Amino acid sequence: MPRSSRIIPLLLFAALAVVPLLGLFIRDGYILNLVSRVMILAIAALALDLILGFGALVSFGHAAFIGIGAYAMGILASHGHDGFFTGLVVALAASALFALITGAISLRTRGVYFIMITLAFGQMAFYTASSLRAYGGDDGLTVAARSLVMGAKLLKDDRLFYYVVLASLIAAYVLCRAIVASRFGRVLQGAKQNPQRMQAIGFNPYPYQLAAYVISGMIGGLSGFLLANLTEFVSPAYMSWQRSGELIVMVVMGGMGSLHGAIIGAAAFLLLEEWLSGFTEHWKVIFGPMLVLIVMFMRGGILGFVQRLAGGRHG
Amino acid sequence: MNTTLFLIQCLNGLQLGVLLFLVAAGLTLVFGVMDFINLAHGVQYMLGAYLAVTFTALTGNLFLALPLALLAALVLGLVLEVVVFRHLYDRDHLEQVLATFGIIMFLNQGVKIVWGAAPLSVPVPEIMQGSIALAQGVLYPVYRLAIIGAGLAVALGLHLVINHTRVGMLIRAGSTNAPMVSALGVDIRRLFMIVFGFGAMLAGFAGIMIAPILSVEPGMGDTILILAFVVIVIGGIGSIRGAFVAAILIGLVDTLGRSFTVDILRGFGMTAPNARAVGPAISSMLIYVLMAAVLFFRPSGLFPAKGR
Amino acid sequence: MAETATATPEVVLSLKGLRKNFGGLRVTDDVSLDVRCGEIHAVIGPNGAGKTTLIHQISGFLQPDAGQVFLGGSDITALSPDKRARAGLTRSFQITSILPGFSALENAALAVQARSGSSFRFFGTVADEAALNSEALAMLSEVGLAERAATPAGLLSHGEKRALECAIALAMQPKVMLLDEPMAGAGHDEGQRLIALMMRLKATIPMLLVEHDMDAVFRVADRVSVLVYGRIIATGTPDAIRANPQVREAYLGEEVAHA
Repeated sequence: MPRSSRIIPLLLFAALAVVPLLGLFIRDGYILNLVSRVMILAIAALALDLILGFGALVSFGHAAFIGIGAYAMGILASHGHDGFFTGLVVALAASALFALITGAISLRTRGVYFIMITLAFGQMAFYTASSLRAYGGDDGLTVAARSLVMGAKLLKDDRLFYYVVLASLIAAYVLCRAIVASRFGRVLQGAKQNPQRMQAIGFNPYPYQLAAYVISGMIGGLSGFLLANLTEFVSPAYMSWQRSGELIVMVVMGGMGSLHGAIIGAAAFLLLEEWLSGFTEHWKVIFGPMLVLIVMFMRGGILGFVQRLAGGRHG
Repeated sequence: MNTTLFLIQCLNGLQLGVLLFLVAAGLTLVFGVMDFINLAHGVQYMLGAYLAVTFTALTGNLFLALPLALLAALVLGLVLEVVVFRHLYDRDHLEQVLATFGIIMFLNQGVKIVWGAAPLSVPVPEIMQGSIALAQGVLYPVYRLAIIGAGLAVALGLHLVINHTRVGMLIRAGSTNAPMVSALGVDIRRLFMIVFGFGAMLAGFAGIMIAPILSVEPGMGDTILILAFVVIVIGGIGSIRGAFVAAILIGLVDTLGRSFTVDILRGFGMTAPNARAVGPAISSMLIYVLMAAVLFFRPSGLFPAKGR
Repeated sequence: MAETATATPEVVLSLKGLRKNFGGLRVTDDVSLDVRCGEIHAVIGPNGAGKTTLIHQISGFLQPDAGQVFLGGSDITALSPDKRARAGLTRSFQITSILPGFSALENAALAVQARSGSSFRFFGTVADEAALNSEALAMLSEVGLAERAATPAGLLSHGEKRALECAIALAMQPKVMLLDEPMAGAGHDEGQRLIALMMRLKATIPMLLVEHDMDAVFRVADRVSVLVYGRIIATGTPDAIRANPQVREAYLGEEVAHA
């Protein structure tokens, strides 16, 4: 692995670890909240990069896992089960189940069909959540408080919660790195490059892609669980197809197939959104064309762009 | 179960199906011929509706507004094609998804700027107001019948054009092997523009027709886009016939499902409060379950176009 | 694979009555042949005879309409391509097919990985697995690619990619190899290397060789079958085939003039 791939993540995590300390000098509530949100969505983007960047599986319904994780937390909390670990386990299990069922069907298709069928399953989750009148339906569900850790309201402290999120991000990153470097990861990447050749060697891509999809879904569920804790609110909007699209934008904008690119992309997207919406409520009128230009002219996303600047034209 | 209600919902389902077909036809053609996945197709539909609002306000009459709005929708579609889309035909699908996603963002916000965020409406033309009796006690709005009729007429027209004209032959050929068609001396750029323009007009037409019935608001194209995707996935990408069959099927399943799921659940013995709690969730899942079922047995849809 | 001194060598691969139609076109017409221990059985025929389709059916990428494929006595007709590969049947592709994003070493290592233990291992860096790497390197040396082990396969020359495909096939420790026109596009030196490789390997790995290059065929093949319009019109030793009047008329007559 090139040295930059080890340095960049370290720098990122170091910078993230330092942010709450900076807050001593600025309006720390806002910054903490914003960067927490960046990290939470970075976890989801990471999950997507695992299958998109390394497996060429363009899932256009990945926000569904964020929603499932969030609703797991919200629904349990509304019934009085507000333990952190209980909620997390349920969030992961529910995401895994959804991923297993929808993945088993979706992965029988290829290319554009796969994109569309994952989009449709994402919509299915969205509409199901919207029709849950007992849990707020369209309007969503407010959660009384963040999850309790062994009975204590530890997470109420924004700074402590921030570090919990950071720890989760690092854990997710380390897990994905290990997977990518493993035997499993090699098969996944081989299937991305040339599925026919993989079959001729003796690998059927399907079970590997399904396993990757389930793992990716679970990490997405983690993201949703943390998001519900951050905002103390759960809504079908967390899993709209626009959200799924935004996840893809984050992964590609950062530089897909690098893992830390997903984190960079999530940060770039959300910070840009915050900045632009400060000027005008119609910031999407600017962001939309920006996205088109990025696609047309910035191959390899931000990471690719930086690498080209730093190392001359490697192509 | 009330037969009158059932018949009416069947007609509503047919109406939805016909609308879906108009939107899906353009989507599947563009994909079949240019291998271009156009998420922004839903905005064509939305633009049609907004243009109908403006031109009806200007001319006072939906019938006069129709050709004007269609023309404007076509022009806007072609502008998009020339400025953005044609540079994406040789990019991979992921990049096409992202770029068209950006276009959706831009246009959904753009219509807010131009027309405002509040929902708008268009009055139903006078001669089509009211309902007629189709059978004993079955009253159905005239305008909706007109939509069904217009949609079926367009479907027939499309079938004739695709299968019995020279342009249609070129489209079918381009669907199976675009480079070959180009090598045979056909101006492939022009063919692509024609196909794209066709699709834009079909979607715009659907938008114009729906304007009197649905509220015209930003983002209205997004829901229909996803439904259109489900249609072409079930029907088979590149196939107009598949799009038609799938569109009608989905229109019916979705409409009838929403109306009767609660009753069907109760028919199976579920208590009323349970049925009412679970019913809406199930009915919103129906078409996706249908899609999953079709793709399980036929991963390329019901009528995959040849050569794909 | 026992080699008895006097008895007919054991049959490793056997095709019985394979049939394949595409619409009204009969592409494979009742094809039966076998490949024995220690031999190279070449299949020749004019363009459009259906040679690549035959390879697809043997390797599992296409299902025949009728007929069976036996590997070492077991019926593998219903098996998917990956299962056939694991059972010991490897193939090369007419258009060289490798994993361009991986290095040559990683390509070969993956082939070794396929037959050594589970790949559902999520932890443990595969690049550090010495056993995989050393075997992979040995395969690369066999085909002369040891110096290019670290090069991304996508950047190899056409001939090197071909050699890599061979290395991948060897790394699978196959019972039989299907070669789909390996000489196509190979320069003179490379062609000679490939012929030498085939001669070296045939004692341990029997091969079914589909080929156009008559020079190569008559040098390496022990038996030759001639495929015309999907049908085998003759099978025999290279000399017998050269002399066969039907074959000369259908095919060899033109080739001899060009050779």
